[in-house]
Amino acid sequence: MVQSLPSPSTAGVTGSWQDAHTRAYRLMLLARILDDKFASLYRMGKIHGGVFLGRGQEALSVASGLALRKGDVFAPLIRDQAGRLAFGEPVLDAVRTYLGSALGPMRGRDGNVHRGWPKEGLLPMISHLGAMISVTNGVLLAHRFKGIAATVGVASVGDGGTSTGSFHEAVNQAAVEKLPLVVVVANNRYAYSTPNERQFACRSLLEKAAGYGISGETVDGTDLSACLKVVGRCVNRARAGGGPQMVIATFLRLCGHGEHDDAGYVDPAMKASLIGRDCLKVAEGQLLENHWADASRLEAWRLEALRAVEEAVAKVQREPAPNPYRQDWCALASRHLAEGCEPVEGAEK
Amino acid sequence: MSITYLDAIREAQARALAEDPRVFIYGQDVGAFGGAFKATRGLAQRFPGRVLDAPISEDAMLGLAVGAAIEGMRPIIEIQFADFSTVAFNQIVNQAATLHWRTNLPCPITIRLPCGGTSGGGPFHSQSLESLYAHYPGLVVLTPATVEDAYSMLLEAVALDDPVVFCEHKYLYYHLKAEQLPTEAMPVGRARLARAGRDMTLVAYSAMVHEALAVAEELASEGAEIEVVDLRSVKPLDTDTVVASVARTGRLLCVGEAWPWGGVTAEVIARVASEGFGLLDAPPQRLNAKDTPTPYHPNLWAAHRPTARSIAAAARNLLRT
Repeated sequence: MVQSLPSPSTAGVTGSWQDAHTRAYRLMLLARILDDKFASLYRMGKIHGGVFLGRGQEALSVASGLALRKGDVFAPLIRDQAGRLAFGEPVLDAVRTYLGSALGPMRGRDGNVHRGWPKEGLLPMISHLGAMISVTNGVLLAHRFKGIAATVGVASVGDGGTSTGSFHEAVNQAAVEKLPLVVVVANNRYAYSTPNERQFACRSLLEKAAGYGISGETVDGTDLSACLKVVGRCVNRARAGGGPQMVIATFLRLCGHGEHDDAGYVDPAMKASLIGRDCLKVAEGQLLENHWADASRLEAWRLEALRAVEEAVAKVQREPAPNPYRQDWCALASRHLAEGCEPVEGAEK
Repeated sequence: MSITYLDAIREAQARALAEDPRVFIYGQDVGAFGGAFKATRGLAQRFPGRVLDAPISEDAMLGLAVGAAIEGMRPIIEIQFADFSTVAFNQIVNQAATLHWRTNLPCPITIRLPCGGTSGGGPFHSQSLESLYAHYPGLVVLTPATVEDAYSMLLEAVALDDPVVFCEHKYLYYHLKAEQLPTEAMPVGRARLARAGRDMTLVAYSAMVHEALAVAEELASEGAEIEVVDLRSVKPLDTDTVVASVARTGRLLCVGEAWPWGGVTAEVIARVASEGFGLLDAPPQRLNAKDTPTPYHPNLWAAHRPTARSIAAAARNLLRT
């Protein structure tokens, strides 16, 4: 079943700073509540496979999604629920993919965080880290071939992903081609259980940007205001022809690698430090401090997000699962070249 | 006029670039230099901005191709030697090959792999990787053996909506000549009867087709009529043509330059055994390279892969069985 992504969203951060901050906070809140629901469904045994949460990464992620506009390209990674929502992905897409609904964008063929609408600029990630950056480059190069100007690509990656050959090849490739790519690195201090000390030996990951001849900035990933400013600035520089950019955000992952992981290896001192702050609470504090919202407003937003998530889950739980007897078991677009691929009456496509 | 296999590959790319603005070429040294084998000589000059040198980053080259394909382009990626495609393996088999299944989008990418052994190539410039790629769903794997097929199948590869692994044999680049480029062609997915015979079916593909034809000629003088089937495409594999040939001859020998474990020759024999067991008058046989890395010295190399001599010996044995 072919659907299309509702037109993204946000057209960048426009309007007043208050509006931008408020909008970002509400998307973070929606992402957090949606993630919590997935965790709960996982514990109830309602989800096939793993569940991977963005807890702690919402400020950085939402900043990526909000900095982009229609025509741009976004390659999110596993903890980018907030950024996906900001880029325009409906709540239903996430729920349908996690629950394996036949009506979802991946139709039960792929699950959980592996979803997207590539034609609309939302690239569906594969599990191999760093691999989506060069795909983003390809979309941007195609835009150049087609004369589409001033589009930007944001590719998310983690601290562990920066150790891959794919990361190196792709960032270097973008630098050589001077593509409008922004690589947003979420340094949440642990790649699964491996700490930074066993991942890289440079003082800061930002030193890598210098090695590729590109610009970059660091940001406190727990601070929504800082994330909106820094990611927005880097996206603007790329859009204006400044070439690839790298954002290095530091914060702590406030959950396990997946919901199967209790993250017992996380250093308690780190949890108690500034990088262990919950970005959602920090953003909430910023709203209250600036008198952009009060407690009753925050509660109303929370209930609204909760309702949206519950409605989506209730709807998807009534949707059909993929039917193996109606599946079109054909891996090629060129059907005439696919062996053993008989047409199926009423096939789910 | 005389056209080599390599000329055909260059001309097919020139035609694809001329006829389709979505086509571009990306690979190491393919631009002004014209490629390590000169398969893109002159194309960067004729098609400015559409024949791009890539850094030595096979993974990123293929990742970029997938992104461009998503946007409707039709990239041709030249991997300098097939052996180096293993650096891009992840992007080929996990990204490109799964895209259509996952998203319903076409993923039109042509991946040109200069493959096969040449004297002095050694372990890392000689590999034949068609079996490896054929194992993965979502890929088309082509192995042209003639100048005509090199031209027409490359054009068809570029026009297909799927990732195509185009295995062009380096030995054939200069050794194979035709009078002119073809004006019509067999479609991809069909095997070709390269020589008719009634005593044995010899299935081959890529450069081994020419060894097989030499064997058929040699054995004809001994009174044996060997039928030679050129697979042309290993995925899809034209089982019907192979089984029809075995129905005529009752004997099957399948030859491939790649390593023996699994692979194309094993697949052909499995299919014939499964679909045409009763047609066989003798156990089906196969001949592959030895199960070692490809050696450097010509003496060792000549003994490593199947040659007309070793194929003829295997054919004589089979005819006596």
